[in-house]
Amino acid sequence: MTQKRHWFKYASPTVFYPLAGKLIPWFAIPATILFIVGLYVGFVVAPTDFQQGDAYRIIFIHVPAAWMGMLLYVLLAFYAAIGWAFNARLSSMMASSLAITGAIFTFISLATGSLWGKPTWGTWWVWDARMTSTLILLFLYVGFISLQAAIDDPRRADKAGAVLAIVGVINVPIIYFSVQWWNTLHQGATIRILGKPTIAAPMLAAMLIMLAACWLYSVAVVLYRLRCIILEREQNAAVIAEVAEAA
Amino acid sequence: MDWSMGGYGFYVWGSYLIALVAMGAEVLALVKRTKKLRVQANRLSGFNGK
Repeated sequence: MTQKRHWFKYASPTVFYPLAGKLIPWFAIPATILFIVGLYVGFVVAPTDFQQGDAYRIIFIHVPAAWMGMLLYVLLAFYAAIGWAFNARLSSMMASSLAITGAIFTFISLATGSLWGKPTWGTWWVWDARMTSTLILLFLYVGFISLQAAIDDPRRADKAGAVLAIVGVINVPIIYFSVQWWNTLHQGATIRILGKPTIAAPMLAAMLIMLAACWLYSVAVVLYRLRCIILEREQNAAVIAEVAEAA
Repeated sequence: MDWSMGGYGFYVWGSYLIALVAMGAEVLALVKRTKKLRVQANRLSGFNGK
């Protein structure tokens, strides 16, 4: 019981604020190291693809960005739902914090996908199922951010955002399975949860290292933004005192 | 390493440049936002910043 109460104290924004500050370097520094290692493996160690040449090296940023875009949306919907169901302020703040980073990764996946599509498919964009559903994901992020910004009362903004986030989460499995459900121009999955990957080991290593780097980066910036949101919403003495002490 | 990426340099480097700019802009915006909030919080708490 005491142990449970001990963990619940971190649901309080003012208690979580200093903890988030301590956690940020533990994610930001490994993220930087892994980005450097991932780029080295991706550009120096991984061989040139016999079909796509060096253009395939775009996947080392495109695939992790696409995965992060989807994963962060699922997390956003989860935290928004928890915040709505249990009136947990920190969860709603976490959902708000995840939105911009998720939108940025979705934008990166679309932009890099377009840059990959031109030399390999001969076109910047096609309205196929994978690309269209990913564009809808970006619109969902932008909609969530805009909706929250348009409502002055943060609690009402959280509730409205939660409805949109929960409804929109249905788009994530559509993105993931779109290459199986429809006949699309986009290639199928090269890495499967069950089954052998269809790419060479150094290419797979570079992709996974970049994925880990993107994940660590996301945690660091989401925690950083969460601290900003806590400061904006909970302007009470405890937070102010912490900031004054840190400065 | 072939810097021209076998003739695909524009597409490959362009992709990484977009990612770098997007993520860099996110971090810079956060640093700026934190600085602004610190000034506000310090003003509210009566902290003179020294």
